[in-house]
Amino acid sequence: MGFQAYQGEGWLLTKAEQLINWGRSRSPWPFPYGTACCGIELMAALASSYDMARFGAERVGFSPRQCDVLIEAGTITKKMVPVLKTIYAQMAEPKWVIAVGACACTGGVFRTYSTQQGIGSIIPVDVFVPGCPPRPEGILYALLKLLDKIQEDHPLYKKRQEVAEALEAGK
Amino acid sequence: MDYDPVCQIDRDPDDLVTINIGPTHPAMHGTLRVIAKTDGETIVSAEPEIGYLHRGVEKLGENFTYHQFIPLTDRMNYCSAIASNVAYEMAVEKLMGIKVPPKAQLVRTIMMELARIADHQVLVGILGVDLGALTPFFYLIIQREEIYDIFEWYNGARLTNTFGRIGGVNADLPDKFHEKWPTLRDTIRKANEETDALLTKNRIWLDRSVGVNAFSAEDALNWGFTGPCLRACGVKRDLRRDEPYMFYDQFDFKIPVGKHGDVFDRYMIRMEEMEESVKIIDQAYAMYQEMPEDAPLMAKVPKIIKPPEGECYHAIETPNGELGFWIRSDGSDKPYRIKIRPPCYMVYQAFGELVKGDMISDTIACLSSLNIIAGELDR
Amino acid sequence: MSLKERVQRCLGDDVIAITEYRGDLGIEVPKGNIVSVLTRLKEDETLGFDFLTDLFGVDNLDYYAKKKKKPKKKAAGEEELVEEEEDKGPPPPRFEVVYLLQALKTNERLQVKIRVPEDDMEVDTITTIWKAADWPEREAFDMFGFKFRGHHNLRRLLMWDEFEDHPLRKDYPLEGKGEERHLSYD
Ligand code: SF4
Repeated sequence: MGFQAYQGEGWLLTKAEQLINWGRSRSPWPFPYGTACCGIELMAALASSYDMARFGAERVGFSPRQCDVLIEAGTITKKMVPVLKTIYAQMAEPKWVIAVGACACTGGVFRTYSTQQGIGSIIPVDVFVPGCPPRPEGILYALLKLLDKIQEDHPLYKKRQEVAEALEAGK
Repeated sequence: MDYDPVCQIDRDPDDLVTINIGPTHPAMHGTLRVIAKTDGETIVSAEPEIGYLHRGVEKLGENFTYHQFIPLTDRMNYCSAIASNVAYEMAVEKLMGIKVPPKAQLVRTIMMELARIADHQVLVGILGVDLGALTPFFYLIIQREEIYDIFEWYNGARLTNTFGRIGGVNADLPDKFHEKWPTLRDTIRKANEETDALLTKNRIWLDRSVGVNAFSAEDALNWGFTGPCLRACGVKRDLRRDEPYMFYDQFDFKIPVGKHGDVFDRYMIRMEEMEESVKIIDQAYAMYQEMPEDAPLMAKVPKIIKPPEGECYHAIETPNGELGFWIRSDGSDKPYRIKIRPPCYMVYQAFGELVKGDMISDTIACLSSLNIIAGELDR
Repeated sequence: MSLKERVQRCLGDDVIAITEYRGDLGIEVPKGNIVSVLTRLKEDETLGFDFLTDLFGVDNLDYYAKKKKKPKKKAAGEEELVEEEEDKGPPPPRFEVVYLLQALKTNERLQVKIRVPEDDMEVDTITTIWKAADWPEREAFDMFGFKFRGHHNLRRLLMWDEFEDHPLRKDYPLEGKGEERHLSYD
């Protein structure tokens, strides 16, 4: 960590970005969106034996508006695509997506008329977890990977760029 | 009337409010959706909409060979995949006229009943969560993990097991099973007792479940109910007893029957069925131990499965009810048409009828108690 | 009396063909009479088929095509489908609707089939006899395009409403024709 603690008067010195990242990565609020079989494994990962809460994902939210991490576990059919897009749009920034299972990554065994072949083409995905279904350990590992990613993020820098781009476009 | 422009709600001429519950909703399971018309808190009419998990399994089946289809049956009822696997395998065996060796049948029985226990445990746990009792879920899920351990020893997968082959099973019971079962049996019973103590006589639980969505036996039969939901209505029907397959006619087990068909009865039936399943496994295991060590596990099956032309239907009693496969073969190595008869499909179509006149919060209790598995519902 | 005889006695001339395969009895009845046939099967005292297990459609497009190519390659001893091979008239209707019935008292099962030609997809609904036929009929409409006359709510069940094809027909490709669903919230 980039903290430097000085003894004495209780000062902490760090970069603002690192402080933000530290805060974000310590309490990701997951939105468990289990649509199919992988949802059952996600449930196991959240429940007693595997206990995702150990990594800060304690508060499982069931409303997309209050969550940071969309854990999409299961098949997305074409009928469901607009719904998934809406959910993603409803989530507040900053937001991340974990795609759990072969179906969410690529469509899995279901190469048919009604199945969306991977959610990567609809919404941006941060971590893909292969497996049909992945074990709960796999889902936990994906969460840890995501936390690593959050810690290396540059939120302020990116924000500045975004603002600059918006200004540019506005002109 | 005051009208809140922020929250626009469609109002019917007779002042009903249309509420859309799902397909993703805090209290809804998976991908189910209900469009309800309510008068205050009371549901006047409700219409379920399905298809959000329609993955085209039947069409895929026409393009897969007979063996390739087994993994797809896992992904239908993912809470008890083994039961679906066995149902499909038995249908193909009937189509080909294969007789499965007795030892393989016993292995199937044991694994299927374990799957039944796991399925019911999930159901009871989730029903508790939906009605506000979180603790039983944690007890039961630990128990379920132990059952999953056995599945994992058997063939490496936890819930999509792809159990068995057409004509038998691919492996004997895992060695660890023999050590595990005596203790597992006791812990299953213990977890059930704890759940029982937490729920069955709990005042809040009783208030939320007794008399909620009562359904009569005639209606249930008319709507095509099977399995625990039908038995809760007071009809003693269980394919394990009525059309016995494997060794079920030699086992001694009770068929629990309810009276009113309400949420509480459905819950009680499941609790009792778990107990009966433990008994069945005990008996099957005793029979299994008498078998010689090298008894065959597979019948003589050709390498490429090409059933003769014809069609047949075979159904078994899965945790949810009658799961049947209708298969037509045209003599080639792929089925010409596979039709799956999922049990919860028939149950869920009566949902509008079931919740009519109840409160909105009761619909959630009703839904969990029916055990609707979206993968099986939409296929 | 065996099930076959009882069914024949109950239905009389309405039975066009009887098949038996691995102990499953199947009968074919005229399309127009399906409601009366099922009512009689339900109410007959010696039969009592009072439970509708399932209802679904079958598309026989490839089946006949394949048969024409290799008509004589068949294992001996399978007596079903013999009738179809014998008549060399116009090809049989393309679609079938299969009803699976069950008698709860005697635990007997029966398949009832009707043949539906492609240019006349109208079939009488049986939701008047069993409510259980509600969704299966909608699914058959969705997947094959049967029009169930008298069904109270014949909408698509599994695919979304704007979907145009009928996916389980044999001439529909497995991977679809690239349909996508769009919703506009306005
Ligand atoms: S990846 Fe496999 S287990 Fe997961 S939803 Fe798809 S089919 Fe089910």
